[in-house]
Amino acid sequence: MATSPRILLAHGGGGQLSRELIDREIVSRFGAGPLQGLPDGATVAVDGPEVIFTTDSFVVQPIEFPGGNIGDLAVHGTVNDLAVCGARPRWLSLALILEEGLEIELLRRVLDSVKAAADDSGVTVATGDTKVVARGQCDGLFVNTAGIGDRLPGFELSPKYLREGDHVLVSGPIGDHGFAVLAARENIHIKNGPKSDSAPVHRLVQAASDWAAEVRFMRDPTRGGLASVLNEMVENSAIGIQIQEERIPLSAGASAVSELLGLDPLHVASEGRLLMVCSAAAAPAILDTWQAMPEGCGARDIGTVTDAAGRVVLETLMGGHRLVDVPRGELLPRIC
Amino acid sequence: MKYIEGFRNPGAAAALREDIRALTEALPPSLLRQGYGGQANRTTNIMEVCGSHTMAIARYGIRDILPSQIKLISGPGCPVCVTDAGYIDTAIELARRGVTIVTFGDMLNVPGSDTSLAAVRSEGHSIEICYSPLRALELAREFPEREIVFLAIGFETTVAPALAVIDQAIAAGVENLSLLVAFKLVPPALAALMTDPDLQIDAFLCPAHVSAIIGADAYQPFTGSEGVPCVIAGFEPLDILLGLKGILTQLGSGIAEVDNQYSRVVTDAGNRRAQALMETYLEPADVSWRGIGVIPASGLALKAEWSRYDAEQRHNVRVEVGKMDPACRCGDVIKGIASPFDCPMFGNVCTPSSPFGPCMVSSEGSCAAYYKYSR
Amino acid sequence: MCLAVPMLIKEIFSPHRGLCDLDGSLQEVDISLIEDAVVGDYVIIHAGFAIERLDREEADTRLALFEELATLREALV
Repeated sequence: MATSPRILLAHGGGGQLSRELIDREIVSRFGAGPLQGLPDGATVAVDGPEVIFTTDSFVVQPIEFPGGNIGDLAVHGTVNDLAVCGARPRWLSLALILEEGLEIELLRRVLDSVKAAADDSGVTVATGDTKVVARGQCDGLFVNTAGIGDRLPGFELSPKYLREGDHVLVSGPIGDHGFAVLAARENIHIKNGPKSDSAPVHRLVQAASDWAAEVRFMRDPTRGGLASVLNEMVENSAIGIQIQEERIPLSAGASAVSELLGLDPLHVASEGRLLMVCSAAAAPAILDTWQAMPEGCGARDIGTVTDAAGRVVLETLMGGHRLVDVPRGELLPRIC
Repeated sequence: MKYIEGFRNPGAAAALREDIRALTEALPPSLLRQGYGGQANRTTNIMEVCGSHTMAIARYGIRDILPSQIKLISGPGCPVCVTDAGYIDTAIELARRGVTIVTFGDMLNVPGSDTSLAAVRSEGHSIEICYSPLRALELAREFPEREIVFLAIGFETTVAPALAVIDQAIAAGVENLSLLVAFKLVPPALAALMTDPDLQIDAFLCPAHVSAIIGADAYQPFTGSEGVPCVIAGFEPLDILLGLKGILTQLGSGIAEVDNQYSRVVTDAGNRRAQALMETYLEPADVSWRGIGVIPASGLALKAEWSRYDAEQRHNVRVEVGKMDPACRCGDVIKGIASPFDCPMFGNVCTPSSPFGPCMVSSEGSCAAYYKYSR
Repeated sequence: MCLAVPMLIKEIFSPHRGLCDLDGSLQEVDISLIEDAVVGDYVIIHAGFAIERLDREEADTRLALFEELATLREALV
């Protein structure tokens, strides 16, 4: 029988085709570590008495977009969730839900990206699962990853540690991922636009660990963008945050698409940026350290913690002030 | 981005702020109006007619940098916000009949009488969000077996693109595409406001891109001895400050003229090609504005000869005027007569997540802004 | 109403279609509403349509005024 160029329902049936798919596509890439021999569960080593454990699912459309695909996104998403909790990412699970008819060539590109992103992030795919569903029951390919990381010493992170006068740092231009995905949807017809910023942030966290006691809180501003993360930090709190529009880093592509579609960059996701609140004393040193790294060269100090309880305020280019609100729901191009 | 960022120059903004402050201080006291409900602060009321001005004023915190006597009032010029609930009801009915609805994203959460397009999409009906009306033509070609209806809302700016799509559909022999028309016109809305004896508006900040289509001369009827200053401004923040400066200059010298501060785009006569398309396909119609009511000849409808592209005719539906709660004060808020706080629905029945009138539908409408800032 | 941005026409494919640039991002737009559009024109794009031409001379005059205002102010502060 000739090999099908597409995923068949039989690839998920547990028989010979399933076995071939796992051997050729999964074991060939990830089979060296705990996955060797395909045990039902992985035995993994950790450093200390506590680990950080997280999970995330990925359903991005289109599956491939400028600057990445669902594979590296699924690695970076989970690695970054671990990193912002103050962990060194170590182990990853990889669960795939494939739609009948998916091109195997596309699956290969996605798995190559998973492998490259995992290697770059210092994590090992230790366990996984593959299911095939009938046409129409998922949109091409869904991915779930769970991750385990070693807790880095010194970080005590929570929004409750924010103090008036603390500084807010962002590790690079915001919104490129969200704008790249929006622009890649065919009906907007934008070419040569922004590229996704999908990347791991664990090295930035590691680099800040010398000042761990001065770091109050970290997040990666994904869905809902910077606006959502900042608002979550000050919700029901006695403090607020003020940021300055002129300091918010934006790429040329993100600016262009934001103008064209009428979307506020503060509402748009990044997938490789780190937002940190730290003491005013530590901010310059952390910023200097980041700016010397490739993934932090666009880092900026964008604002401070204030006593305006529960409010996130933007000082605009015009010198006026406005509340930064959270996006209502899905991001849609505006005409008004 | 030169022609965008150059119009956001912070240094120039600071200079213009000072000019605006000086002009405001020099205004004759007779120009200051009594505040709402006898408040002590007297104001000069400037209406920004257009929803995009409202959005830009909010985005750049422009109210915050103006002298407190200058009160900016958001006018009726957000086509999404003033879309009548009855129109949404008709779009929903078409979707439920199996028609593919193509719409700008702004419309998705506008409430109909009972539900919204977003809710109907979640029931599995076909509702496509577009950036351009050209998407409707693409879909009509791609799926000849499907009936496509484009939600043709908008003021003059958006009318021409929708008509160009029909023009191209006719040329290409595409027959499964029609428009559910709710086009609205700015000058008749201004005329209706001007004839209202209760109006508390001292000047109009006139829209940028509507004016690009209709031309600066269209505002002449609202100026002169019985009129108010009409200043056309672009949507960048410095454009807005220059527009306000132009208004204050006129108010200070007691004149009321058309002043085109967006001369890089707006001409006296407007875009003739767009106007010609409108003349070919459309005729004036009385239309209903959410929260305001029916304004005579304030909209456009497809002429009878184009009825096959008119979704109401083609699918045998009729847009009825939606239910209006008599308690909604949006009409008065828009005229500058009432504050959102004067409305009994504000903050309880009518909130940003379940808006009723246009001032709450728009995220930067007067009521939505008051709600957000008074939390 | 009517969000629109200035873009530079880079290529014209037909009386209807052109390719426009905004700082490197390219978008195919409908140019049928512009009389005698040529490559090098700046046009205002709304909902995928060029709705009017941007007069560069007028725009540059304004920008020069803003520069001057900003410089004067800097000198004062």
